[in-house]
Amino acid sequence: MTWPRPGYIVSTLHINPTDYCILIMAAASDVKVLGMWSCPYVNRAQLALCIKSIEYEFIEENTLKKSDMLLKHNPVHKKIPVLIHGDKSVCESCIIVEYIADAFDTGPRILPSDAYDRALARFWAAYIDDKWYPLVKVLRQSGDKEERKSLVQKLFEGLILLEEAFIGCSKGMAYFGGDSIGYLDIILGSCLACLRVTEKVVGVELMDPTKAPQLAK
Amino acid sequence: MSKVKVLGFWYSPFVARVKMALKMKGVEFEYVEENIRAKSELLLESNPIHKKVPVLIHDGKAIVETMIILEYIDQTWEGPPILPRDPYHRAMARFWVNFIDEKCLNTMLKACWRTGEEQEKWKEEAILNFQILENEIKGKKYFGGDEISVVDHAANFIAYWFPLISWGRMELVTEDQFPNLWRWSSHYCNHPFVKDNLPPMDVMIPKFKPA
Repeated sequence: MTWPRPGYIVSTLHINPTDYCILIMAAASDVKVLGMWSCPYVNRAQLALCIKSIEYEFIEENTLKKSDMLLKHNPVHKKIPVLIHGDKSVCESCIIVEYIADAFDTGPRILPSDAYDRALARFWAAYIDDKWYPLVKVLRQSGDKEERKSLVQKLFEGLILLEEAFIGCSKGMAYFGGDSIGYLDIILGSCLACLRVTEKVVGVELMDPTKAPQLAK
Repeated sequence: MSKVKVLGFWYSPFVARVKMALKMKGVEFEYVEENIRAKSELLLESNPIHKKVPVLIHDGKAIVETMIILEYIDQTWEGPPILPRDPYHRAMARFWVNFIDEKCLNTMLKACWRTGEEQEKWKEEAILNFQILENEIKGKKYFGGDEISVVDHAANFIAYWFPLISWGRMELVTEDQFPNLWRWSSHYCNHPFVKDNLPPMDVMIPKFKPA
Protein backbone atom coordinates (compact mmCIF):
# COMPACT_ATOMS: atom_id res chain seq x y z
CA MET A 1 0.00 0.00 0.00
CA THR A 2 1.22 3.51 -0.76
CA TRP A 3 0.47 6.12 1.88
CA PRO A 4 -0.04 9.78 0.93
CA ARG A 5 3.32 11.52 1.25
CA PRO A 6 3.33 12.60 4.91
CA GLY A 7 5.44 15.71 4.41
CA TYR A 8 3.10 16.97 1.73
CA ILE A 9 -0.04 16.38 3.76
CA VAL A 10 1.51 17.64 6.99
CA SER A 11 2.85 20.85 5.54
CA THR A 12 -0.25 21.85 3.66
CA LEU A 13 -2.56 21.42 6.64
CA HIS A 14 -0.12 21.97 9.52
CA ILE A 15 -0.97 18.60 11.07
CA ASN A 16 1.36 17.44 13.84
CA PRO A 17 3.46 14.64 12.27
CA THR A 18 3.05 12.48 15.37
CA ASP A 19 -0.72 12.80 15.26
CA TYR A 20 -0.66 11.96 11.55
CA CYS A 21 1.27 8.73 12.13
CA ILE A 22 -0.93 7.69 15.07
CA LEU A 23 -4.05 8.22 12.97
CA ILE A 24 -3.09 5.57 10.43
CA MET A 25 -4.82 2.46 11.81
CA ALA A 26 -6.39 -0.50 10.04
CA ALA A 27 -10.13 0.04 9.90
CA ALA A 28 -11.21 -1.26 6.48
CA SER A 29 -8.97 -3.08 4.04
CA ASP A 30 -11.20 -3.08 0.98
CA VAL A 31 -10.73 0.56 0.11
CA LYS A 32 -8.79 1.81 -2.92
CA VAL A 33 -8.12 5.26 -4.28
CA LEU A 34 -7.29 5.66 -7.95
CA GLY A 35 -5.40 8.90 -8.48
CA MET A 36 -2.25 10.89 -9.02
CA TRP A 37 -0.11 11.88 -6.04
CA SER A 38 0.01 15.54 -7.11
CA CYS A 39 -3.69 16.03 -7.83
CA PRO A 40 -5.48 18.20 -5.23
CA TYR A 41 -8.80 16.48 -5.90
CA VAL A 42 -7.22 13.09 -5.16
CA ASN A 43 -5.64 14.52 -2.02
CA ARG A 44 -9.14 15.31 -0.77
CA ALA A 45 -10.08 11.64 -0.78
CA GLN A 46 -6.81 10.76 0.95
CA LEU A 47 -7.25 13.43 3.61
CA ALA A 48 -10.78 12.30 4.38
CA LEU A 49 -9.70 8.65 4.68
CA CYS A 50 -6.80 9.71 6.89
CA ILE A 51 -9.13 11.67 9.18
CA LYS A 52 -11.37 8.60 9.47
CA SER A 53 -8.36 6.34 10.07
CA ILE A 54 -9.22 4.17 7.07
CA GLU A 55 -6.46 2.07 5.57
CA TYR A 56 -6.53 2.05 1.80
CA GLU A 57 -4.55 1.09 -1.24
CA PHE A 58 -3.44 3.97 -3.43
CA ILE A 59 -3.17 3.16 -7.12
CA GLU A 60 -1.23 5.70 -9.15
CA GLU A 61 -2.86 6.39 -12.49
CA ASN A 62 -1.27 7.68 -15.67
CA THR A 63 -3.71 10.27 -17.06
CA LEU A 64 -2.13 9.90 -20.51
CA LYS A 65 -2.76 6.18 -20.45
CA LYS A 66 -5.78 5.47 -18.26
CA SER A 67 -6.02 2.00 -16.77
CA ASP A 68 -8.86 -0.43 -17.48
CA MET A 69 -9.67 -0.19 -13.78
CA LEU A 70 -10.20 3.58 -14.00
CA LEU A 71 -12.29 3.31 -17.17
CA LYS A 72 -14.38 0.54 -15.58
CA HIS A 73 -14.98 2.42 -12.30
CA ASN A 74 -15.58 5.86 -13.81
CA PRO A 75 -17.01 5.16 -17.27
CA VAL A 76 -18.89 8.49 -17.37
CA HIS A 77 -16.09 10.99 -16.73
CA LYS A 78 -13.02 8.70 -16.98
CA LYS A 79 -11.29 10.89 -14.39
CA ILE A 80 -9.56 10.63 -11.04
CA PRO A 81 -10.13 10.45 -8.15
CA VAL A 82 -12.17 7.29 -7.84
CA LEU A 83 -12.83 5.68 -4.48
CA ILE A 84 -13.47 1.96 -4.61
CA HIS A 85 -15.07 0.56 -1.47
CA GLY A 86 -15.68 -3.15 -1.80
CA ASP A 87 -17.68 -3.47 -4.98
CA LYS A 88 -18.78 0.17 -5.03
CA SER A 89 -17.17 3.02 -6.94
CA VAL A 90 -17.63 6.64 -5.98
CA CYS A 91 -16.45 9.47 -8.24
CA GLU A 92 -16.05 13.26 -8.00
CA SER A 93 -13.95 14.54 -5.10
CA CYS A 94 -16.62 16.33 -3.05
CA ILE A 95 -19.00 13.39 -3.45
CA ILE A 96 -16.20 11.05 -2.34
CA VAL A 97 -15.48 13.14 0.77
CA GLU A 98 -19.19 13.17 1.69
CA TYR A 99 -19.39 9.42 1.09
CA ILE A 100 -16.42 8.84 3.40
CA ALA A 101 -18.07 11.10 6.00
CA ASP A 102 -21.31 9.06 5.75
CA ALA A 103 -19.97 5.54 5.35
CA PHE A 104 -17.29 5.41 8.05
CA ASP A 105 -18.12 6.28 11.63
CA THR A 106 -14.53 6.18 12.89
CA GLY A 107 -12.68 9.36 13.75
CA PRO A 108 -13.99 12.90 14.04
CA ARG A 109 -16.99 14.19 12.11
CA ILE A 110 -16.10 15.70 8.72
CA LEU A 111 -19.33 17.61 8.04
CA PRO A 112 -21.06 19.74 10.69
CA SER A 113 -24.03 18.16 12.42
CA ASP A 114 -26.16 21.31 12.14
CA ALA A 115 -28.10 21.44 8.85
CA TYR A 116 -27.44 25.13 8.23
CA ASP A 117 -23.71 24.85 8.97
CA ARG A 118 -23.62 21.88 6.63
CA ALA A 119 -25.34 23.92 3.90
CA LEU A 120 -22.79 26.71 4.40
CA ALA A 121 -19.91 24.24 4.11
CA ARG A 122 -21.32 22.86 0.86
CA PHE A 123 -21.90 26.37 -0.47
CA TRP A 124 -18.32 27.47 0.12
CA ALA A 125 -16.94 24.19 -1.25
CA ALA A 126 -18.89 24.81 -4.48
CA TYR A 127 -17.65 28.43 -4.53
CA ILE A 128 -14.03 27.29 -4.19
CA ASP A 129 -14.40 24.66 -6.90
CA ASP A 130 -16.57 26.55 -9.39
CA LYS A 131 -15.45 30.18 -8.97
CA TRP A 132 -12.22 30.63 -7.05
CA TYR A 133 -9.80 27.75 -7.59
CA PRO A 134 -10.22 27.60 -11.42
CA LEU A 135 -8.76 31.13 -11.49
CA VAL A 136 -5.53 29.77 -9.95
CA LYS A 137 -4.90 27.43 -12.89
CA VAL A 138 -5.72 30.13 -15.46
CA LEU A 139 -3.34 32.52 -13.66
CA ARG A 140 -0.53 29.98 -13.64
CA GLN A 141 -0.89 29.40 -17.38
CA SER A 142 -1.41 33.01 -18.39
CA GLY A 143 1.47 34.87 -19.99
CA ASP A 144 -0.40 38.15 -20.41
CA LYS A 145 0.50 40.81 -17.82
CA GLU A 146 -2.88 42.55 -17.85
CA GLU A 147 -4.77 39.27 -17.65
CA ARG A 148 -2.63 38.19 -14.70
CA LYS A 149 -3.34 41.47 -12.92
CA SER A 150 -7.07 41.02 -13.40
CA LEU A 151 -6.98 37.39 -12.23
CA VAL A 152 -4.97 38.26 -9.12
CA GLN A 153 -7.53 40.94 -8.29
CA LYS A 154 -10.39 38.45 -8.65
CA LEU A 155 -8.54 35.94 -6.49
CA PHE A 156 -8.07 38.55 -3.78
CA GLU A 157 -11.76 39.45 -3.90
CA GLY A 158 -12.60 35.78 -3.47
CA LEU A 159 -10.06 35.41 -0.71
CA ILE A 160 -11.77 38.15 1.29
CA LEU A 161 -15.06 36.26 0.97
CA LEU A 162 -13.35 33.05 2.09
CA GLU A 163 -11.83 34.88 5.05
CA GLU A 164 -15.32 35.95 6.15
CA ALA A 165 -16.54 32.40 5.64
CA PHE A 166 -13.69 31.11 7.76
CA ILE A 167 -14.42 33.52 10.60
CA GLY A 168 -18.08 32.44 10.53
CA CYS A 169 -17.47 28.70 10.26
CA SER A 170 -14.51 28.35 12.61
CA LYS A 171 -16.18 30.26 15.45
CA GLY A 172 -12.78 31.40 16.71
CA MET A 173 -11.09 28.02 16.46
CA ALA A 174 -8.24 26.78 14.27
CA TYR A 175 -10.16 25.21 11.38
CA PHE A 176 -13.27 25.71 9.27
CA GLY A 177 -14.46 22.60 11.11
CA GLY A 178 -13.83 24.20 14.50
CA ASP A 179 -11.36 22.32 16.64
CA SER A 180 -10.84 19.57 14.07
CA ILE A 181 -10.28 19.43 10.33
CA GLY A 182 -13.60 19.40 8.53
CA TYR A 183 -15.06 19.40 5.06
CA LEU A 184 -14.01 22.90 4.03
CA ASP A 185 -10.53 22.44 5.44
CA ILE A 186 -10.19 19.40 3.19
CA ILE A 187 -11.60 21.19 0.12
CA LEU A 188 -9.50 24.35 0.47
CA GLY A 189 -6.52 22.68 2.10
CA SER A 190 -6.05 20.35 -0.86
CA CYS A 191 -5.69 23.40 -3.11
CA LEU A 192 -2.89 24.98 -1.08
CA ALA A 193 0.03 23.17 -2.71
CA CYS A 194 -1.01 24.28 -6.22
CA LEU A 195 -1.65 27.74 -4.83
CA ARG A 196 1.93 27.89 -3.50
CA VAL A 197 3.31 26.75 -6.87
CA THR A 198 1.28 29.47 -8.62
CA GLU A 199 2.60 32.05 -6.15
CA LYS A 200 6.15 31.11 -7.13
CA VAL A 201 5.32 31.22 -10.86
CA VAL A 202 3.64 34.62 -10.83
CA GLY A 203 5.59 36.17 -7.94
CA VAL A 204 2.49 37.18 -5.95
CA GLU A 205 1.52 36.06 -2.47
CA LEU A 206 -2.03 34.89 -3.16
CA MET A 207 -2.79 33.77 0.40
CA ASP A 208 -2.05 37.34 1.44
CA PRO A 209 -2.03 37.69 5.26
CA THR A 210 -2.92 41.39 5.02
CA LYS A 211 -6.12 40.51 3.17
CA ALA A 212 -6.94 37.21 4.91
CA PRO A 213 -5.04 37.05 8.20
CA GLN A 214 -7.07 34.21 9.71
CA LEU A 215 -6.92 32.04 6.58
CA ALA A 216 -3.21 32.68 6.16
CA LYS A 217 -2.74 31.41 9.73
CA MET B 1 -44.75 35.98 9.13
CA SER B 2 -43.94 32.60 7.57
CA LYS B 3 -40.92 30.80 9.00
CA VAL B 4 -40.13 29.35 5.58
CA LYS B 5 -39.91 31.40 2.40
CA VAL B 6 -38.91 30.47 -1.11
CA LEU B 7 -37.73 33.19 -3.47
CA GLY B 8 -38.10 32.15 -7.09
CA PHE B 9 -39.31 32.57 -10.64
CA TRP B 10 -42.49 30.63 -11.42
CA TYR B 11 -41.03 29.18 -14.62
CA SER B 12 -37.73 27.97 -13.12
CA PRO B 13 -37.15 24.19 -13.02
CA PHE B 14 -34.76 24.72 -10.10
CA VAL B 15 -37.41 26.53 -8.06
CA ALA B 16 -39.89 23.75 -8.97
CA ARG B 17 -37.54 21.21 -7.39
CA VAL B 18 -37.37 23.14 -4.12
CA LYS B 19 -41.15 23.66 -3.94
CA MET B 20 -41.75 19.95 -4.59
CA ALA B 21 -39.27 18.96 -1.89
CA LEU B 22 -41.01 21.17 0.70
CA LYS B 23 -44.40 19.77 -0.30
CA MET B 24 -43.07 16.22 -0.02
CA LYS B 25 -42.06 17.01 3.55
CA GLY B 26 -45.38 18.70 4.27
CA VAL B 27 -43.70 22.04 5.05
CA GLU B 28 -45.82 25.16 4.71
CA PHE B 29 -43.99 27.99 3.06
CA GLU B 30 -44.50 31.43 1.61
CA TYR B 31 -43.58 31.71 -2.03
CA VAL B 32 -42.19 35.07 -3.16
CA GLU B 33 -42.11 35.70 -6.90
CA GLU B 34 -39.00 37.55 -8.00
CA ASN B 35 -38.57 39.76 -11.05
CA ILE B 36 -35.52 38.74 -13.08
CA ARG B 37 -35.12 42.31 -14.33
CA ALA B 38 -35.52 43.93 -10.91
CA LYS B 39 -34.28 41.59 -8.21
CA SER B 40 -35.56 42.39 -4.75
CA GLU B 41 -33.47 43.66 -1.83
CA LEU B 42 -34.35 40.44 -0.04
CA LEU B 43 -32.90 38.32 -2.85
CA LEU B 44 -29.74 40.41 -3.15
CA GLU B 45 -29.21 40.29 0.63
CA SER B 46 -29.95 36.58 0.86
CA ASN B 47 -27.77 35.57 -2.07
CA PRO B 48 -25.21 38.38 -2.43
CA ILE B 49 -22.64 36.24 -4.24
CA HIS B 50 -24.71 34.65 -7.00
CA LYS B 51 -27.86 36.84 -6.85
CA LYS B 52 -29.91 33.92 -8.16
CA VAL B 53 -33.02 31.92 -7.33
CA PRO B 54 -34.01 29.67 -5.71
CA VAL B 55 -33.34 30.91 -2.19
CA LEU B 56 -34.81 29.18 0.85
CA ILE B 57 -35.15 31.34 3.93
CA HIS B 58 -35.77 29.41 7.15
CA ASP B 59 -35.97 31.21 10.48
CA GLY B 60 -34.11 34.15 8.97
CA LYS B 61 -31.27 32.04 7.52
CA ALA B 62 -30.79 31.91 3.76
CA ILE B 63 -29.79 28.75 1.97
CA VAL B 64 -28.91 28.95 -1.73
CA GLU B 65 -28.07 26.63 -4.66
CA THR B 66 -30.73 24.06 -5.50
CA MET B 67 -29.05 20.82 -4.42
CA ILE B 68 -27.74 22.42 -1.21
CA ILE B 69 -31.30 23.55 -0.46
CA LEU B 70 -32.67 20.04 -1.10
CA GLU B 71 -30.11 18.49 1.23
CA TYR B 72 -30.97 21.10 3.88
CA ILE B 73 -34.70 20.34 3.55
CA ASP B 74 -33.99 16.62 3.81
CA GLN B 75 -31.92 17.05 6.96
CA THR B 76 -34.20 19.57 8.66
CA TRP B 77 -37.69 18.10 8.29
CA GLU B 78 -39.14 14.63 8.90
CA GLY B 79 -41.10 12.95 6.15
CA PRO B 80 -40.31 10.94 3.02
CA PRO B 81 -36.57 11.08 2.21
CA ILE B 82 -35.50 13.33 -0.64
CA LEU B 83 -32.12 11.62 -0.92
CA PRO B 84 -31.51 7.92 -0.30
CA ARG B 85 -30.54 7.04 3.25
CA ASP B 86 -27.85 4.53 2.23
CA PRO B 87 -24.47 6.34 1.86
CA TYR B 88 -23.60 4.72 -1.46
CA HIS B 89 -27.00 5.32 -3.04
CA ARG B 90 -26.87 8.86 -1.71
CA ALA B 91 -23.44 9.34 -3.36
CA MET B 92 -24.83 7.97 -6.63
CA ALA B 93 -27.82 10.33 -6.45
CA ARG B 94 -25.47 13.29 -5.92
CA PHE B 95 -23.34 12.09 -8.85
CA TRP B 96 -26.26 11.91 -11.27
CA VAL B 97 -27.76 15.23 -10.17
CA ASN B 98 -24.36 16.81 -10.72
CA PHE B 99 -24.03 15.15 -14.14
CA ILE B 100 -27.48 16.32 -15.22
CA ASP B 101 -26.93 19.89 -14.02
CA GLU B 102 -23.33 20.33 -15.16
CA LYS B 103 -23.24 18.29 -18.34
CA CYS B 104 -26.76 17.90 -19.70
CA LEU B 105 -28.48 21.20 -18.89
CA ASN B 106 -25.45 23.25 -19.76
CA THR B 107 -24.85 21.68 -23.15
CA MET B 108 -28.58 21.57 -23.98
CA LEU B 109 -28.98 25.29 -23.46
CA LYS B 110 -25.84 26.15 -25.40
CA ALA B 111 -26.96 23.95 -28.28
CA CYS B 112 -30.34 25.65 -28.23
CA TRP B 113 -29.22 29.26 -28.14
CA ARG B 114 -26.15 29.17 -30.38
CA THR B 115 -26.09 28.94 -34.15
CA GLY B 116 -24.01 27.49 -36.96
CA GLU B 117 -20.84 25.55 -36.20
CA GLU B 118 -20.98 26.37 -32.50
CA GLN B 119 -24.47 24.97 -32.22
CA GLU B 120 -23.37 21.77 -33.94
CA LYS B 121 -20.45 21.39 -31.56
CA TRP B 122 -22.66 21.76 -28.47
CA LYS B 123 -25.33 19.55 -29.99
CA GLU B 124 -22.78 16.76 -30.47
CA GLU B 125 -21.64 17.06 -26.87
CA ALA B 126 -25.22 17.17 -25.59
CA ILE B 127 -26.07 14.01 -27.53
CA LEU B 128 -23.10 12.17 -25.99
CA ASN B 129 -24.28 13.19 -22.51
CA PHE B 130 -27.85 12.15 -23.25
CA GLN B 131 -26.66 8.75 -24.41
CA ILE B 132 -25.17 8.28 -20.97
CA LEU B 133 -28.52 9.18 -19.37
CA GLU B 134 -30.35 6.96 -21.85
CA ASN B 135 -28.24 4.01 -20.68
CA GLU B 136 -28.79 4.91 -17.05
CA ILE B 137 -32.61 4.93 -17.34
CA LYS B 138 -32.79 1.74 -19.43
CA GLY B 139 -34.93 -0.89 -17.72
CA LYS B 140 -36.10 1.53 -15.00
CA LYS B 141 -39.32 3.45 -14.65
CA TYR B 142 -37.58 6.32 -12.90
CA PHE B 143 -33.95 7.16 -12.20
CA GLY B 144 -34.78 6.22 -8.61
CA GLY B 145 -36.11 2.78 -9.70
CA ASP B 146 -39.79 2.19 -9.02
CA GLU B 147 -40.14 5.48 -7.17
CA ILE B 148 -39.33 9.04 -8.22
CA SER B 149 -36.09 10.31 -6.73
CA VAL B 150 -34.13 13.52 -6.50
CA VAL B 151 -32.39 12.53 -9.76
CA ASP B 152 -35.73 12.46 -11.59
CA HIS B 153 -36.50 15.93 -10.28
CA ALA B 154 -33.05 17.12 -11.39
CA ALA B 155 -33.93 15.96 -14.89
CA ASN B 156 -37.30 17.80 -14.81
CA PHE B 157 -35.89 20.28 -17.30
CA ILE B 158 -35.41 17.51 -19.85
CA ALA B 159 -38.94 16.19 -19.37
CA TYR B 160 -40.92 19.41 -19.23
CA TRP B 161 -39.03 22.57 -20.11
CA PHE B 162 -36.68 21.61 -22.91
CA PRO B 163 -39.38 20.31 -25.32
CA LEU B 164 -40.90 23.81 -25.14
CA ILE B 165 -37.67 25.75 -25.43
CA SER B 166 -36.31 23.67 -28.28
CA TRP B 167 -39.59 23.44 -30.23
CA GLY B 168 -39.13 25.16 -33.58
CA ARG B 169 -35.45 25.76 -32.84
CA MET B 170 -33.82 22.35 -32.96
CA GLU B 171 -34.36 18.68 -32.29
CA LEU B 172 -32.20 17.06 -29.68
CA VAL B 173 -33.95 14.48 -27.52
CA THR B 174 -35.80 12.61 -30.26
CA GLU B 175 -37.87 9.52 -29.56
CA ASP B 176 -35.94 7.51 -32.18
CA GLN B 177 -32.59 8.17 -30.63
CA PHE B 178 -33.63 8.22 -26.98
CA PRO B 179 -36.67 5.94 -26.53
CA ASN B 180 -35.94 5.28 -22.84
CA LEU B 181 -35.65 8.97 -21.99
CA TRP B 182 -38.91 9.62 -23.86
CA ARG B 183 -40.65 6.87 -21.92
CA TRP B 184 -39.23 8.24 -18.66
CA SER B 185 -40.35 11.81 -19.54
CA SER B 186 -43.90 10.59 -19.99
CA HIS B 187 -43.87 8.70 -16.67
CA TYR B 188 -42.36 11.70 -14.88
CA CYS B 189 -44.72 14.36 -16.26
CA ASN B 190 -47.77 12.18 -15.60
CA HIS B 191 -46.84 11.22 -12.04
CA PRO B 192 -49.70 12.61 -9.92
CA PHE B 193 -47.45 14.52 -7.50
CA VAL B 194 -45.33 16.01 -10.30
CA LYS B 195 -48.34 16.89 -12.45
CA ASP B 196 -49.88 18.87 -9.58
CA ASN B 197 -46.69 20.80 -9.01
CA LEU B 198 -45.38 21.72 -12.44
CA PRO B 199 -46.16 25.21 -13.78
CA PRO B 200 -49.28 24.87 -15.98
CA MET B 201 -48.60 24.30 -19.66
CA ASP B 202 -51.05 27.01 -20.76
CA VAL B 203 -48.85 29.69 -19.14
CA MET B 204 -45.57 28.00 -20.08
CA ILE B 205 -46.33 27.89 -23.80
CA PRO B 206 -46.60 31.68 -24.38
CA LYS B 207 -43.46 32.20 -22.31
CA PHE B 208 -41.20 29.74 -24.07
CA LYS B 209 -42.46 28.93 -27.54
CA PRO B 210 -40.89 31.06 -30.30
CA ALA B 211 -43.25 33.55 -31.94
